Amino acid sequence: MVLVFAEATNGKFKKAAHEVVTYGAKTAAAMGTECVALTLGDVQDAGDLGRFGASKVYNAADAALANFDSGVFAAAIAGAAQQLGAKVIVLSHNSTGKNLTGRLAARLDAGSAPGVKAVPVIEGDKFTVRKAVFSGKAFADVSILTDTKVISLAGNSIPVEESGSAVGVESISLDLPAPMVKVLSTKRAEGITPLPEAELVVSGGRGLKGPENWGVINDLAEVLGATTACSRPVADSDWRPHHEHVGQTGVAIHPNLYIAAGISGAIQHLAGVNSSKTIVVVNKDPEAPFFKAADYGVVGDLFEVLPRLTEALKKFKSA
Amino acid sequence: MKMLVCVSKTPETTTKIQLTADKTDLDKGGMQYIMNPYDEWYALVRALELKEAGGGSVTLLNVGPADNDAVIRKGLAIGADDAIRVNSEGGGSLYIAKQIAAQAAGYDIVFFGKETIDYNGSEVGAMVAELLGTAYVGEASKLEMDGSTATITRDIEGGVEVVEASTPLCLSAAKGMAEQRIPNMRGIMMAKRKPLNVVEPVAAPATTEVASYELPPAKSAVKLVEPENMEELVRLLHEEAKVI
Repeated sequence: MVLVFAEATNGKFKKAAHEVVTYGAKTAAAMGTECVALTLGDVQDAGDLGRFGASKVYNAADAALANFDSGVFAAAIAGAAQQLGAKVIVLSHNSTGKNLTGRLAARLDAGSAPGVKAVPVIEGDKFTVRKAVFSGKAFADVSILTDTKVISLAGNSIPVEESGSAVGVESISLDLPAPMVKVLSTKRAEGITPLPEAELVVSGGRGLKGPENWGVINDLAEVLGATTACSRPVADSDWRPHHEHVGQTGVAIHPNLYIAAGISGAIQHLAGVNSSKTIVVVNKDPEAPFFKAADYGVVGDLFEVLPRLTEALKKFKSA
Repeated sequence: MKMLVCVSKTPETTTKIQLTADKTDLDKGGMQYIMNPYDEWYALVRALELKEAGGGSVTLLNVGPADNDAVIRKGLAIGADDAIRVNSEGGGSLYIAKQIAAQAAGYDIVFFGKETIDYNGSEVGAMVAELLGTAYVGEASKLEMDGSTATITRDIEGGVEVVEASTPLCLSAAKGMAEQRIPNMRGIMMAKRKPLNVVEPVAAPATTEVASYELPPAKSAVKLVEPENMEELVRLLHEEAKVI
C-alpha cells in the first residue's frame, strides 16, 4: 500500500496536495497496490482527494495536530503507515515535508528520496526514483534499498490528474507524543502564490539599478498574476527581501514561465531556475550568458521592453 | 551552551557538473570543494555569535575522509573551538545521520545547513533529531536564546512561523540567520593548533544508492524577439510555449 500524507493549509487542500495524491496513485498502480491518503487535524473536504486517485482517505483529528511539530506529525504518519501496512510513504517536498521526510526515514529505519521529480521505475525488487541534484544541474536515479520507503515530491514536477471520484473519510486513531515545538505565530502573505509553488514568476536583477525601479517588475507580475523574484545581488543589497532570492543558495523554482529582466545569468542563478518550463530573458547585453539558457530572448532596455510587454499582455488578457 | 555544527564538503557553486563515461558517478577531475554555504555562512556563524554573547563552545562535526580536513580547518579558522571528523566515505543520508547522532549526545543545539548544495536533500537534520528524540526546526532564518529556551523564526511557503522550543534541539539554518564571515590571518594560524579529533564510524547499513546520473537535455537555441514587438512575444508564449 502507498500512504500519501496530504497537507492542508488552514484546513484546505491546495495544488501540492493534489499533486502528491496523483503521484501516490501512479506509484500504487506501478506497484499493483492501492493508494490511501492521510490527512491530519481539522480539514475540509478531505474526501475530495479521492478524485486524484486515493481509494481511501483517513483523518486523524487530535488537538496535538492543530499546530505543526515535526515530531508529532512524523509519529502520526509513521503510526498510520504501520497500522495500515503501507510500505511506501509519499509527501510533498515543501517546508512541511522537509521537516518530516528525515524524521520518518529515521523513525522507520527506511531509505528515503527527498525531492523526486518522476514516478518510480520498478523492476523486480529494484525501486528507483529520479531527483534533481546540484540544484538542477543534474539528475540522480536513486535506488531505495529498504522494504519501507519514504519519498517526497518536488512541486510542479507532475501534472495533477483526476482518476477517480470523491470518497468518504474514515477516522484513524493514532498514539501521539506531546509536541516539543510551540507555535507562537504564523504569517503568510495573502493572495500571493509562494515562489516554490508559483507557475508564473517575474524576476529582476542588478539591471534594474535600484529598488525604486521595481514598478516595471511589479506591473508585469500583476497583469500576469505572477510571483516576483530577484537575483542574489539584489537580495544582498536589500533592494528586495531575501525570500525573493532565487538561485542555488536561495529558492529553487520550477514554474511554467520564468521571465528574467536585467539578470546576466550566473551559473548559480541558473541552477535555481533551470527547471522552469519556459524561460524569457530580457537584457540589453546580447552577450549575457542567460540567453544561452533561455527559450525566448529580448535584447533591449528593460525599462522600455517590460512596460511594452505589460501593455501587450493587458491587450491579450482583455481580448 | 555546548553547540555542535554539522558541516558538509560540497563542490564549489560555480562547478560545471560532468559525468563519468558510464554515468554512475560525477567526473571529479579538477572539481573544487568548499564548505556547504548554508553550514558555513549561517549555521556556524550564528553558533559563534551565540557563544560570543553567552559563552559556551562550538564544535564542528564532519562525516568524511581525510580529504575533508581542509574544509574543517576553514571552519576552525572562522572561529569554531574544535572539530570531530567521523572517518568514513559516507553511505547515504541515514548512514550519515546515524554517525552524527552517535557523536551528538550532550550538546544543547545541533546545527545543520538547510540543505547541502550537492544532494539537496534537506533531511539529515530531521533524521538526527528523530534519532536523538529532540525537537527539530527546519529552515530557520532567526534564532534567539534565552537560557534553555530558543525562539526560532522558520521559513514556510510564502511566509514565516515563529516557534519556541527547549534545548536540546536540532535546527537547520537558512539565509537570514547570520552574515558570512571571512577568516582572518590570526584565525587561520590558530586553526592549525585547534584539536581535530578523528573517530571511527558506527556500523549502519546503506539505505539508498545512486544507480546513475543524467545531465539535463541541452536547451535549443534561444528565439530572439524584437524589443519593439512584444505582441509577438505574447503570441509565442500563448501559441508555441502554451504557458499563458
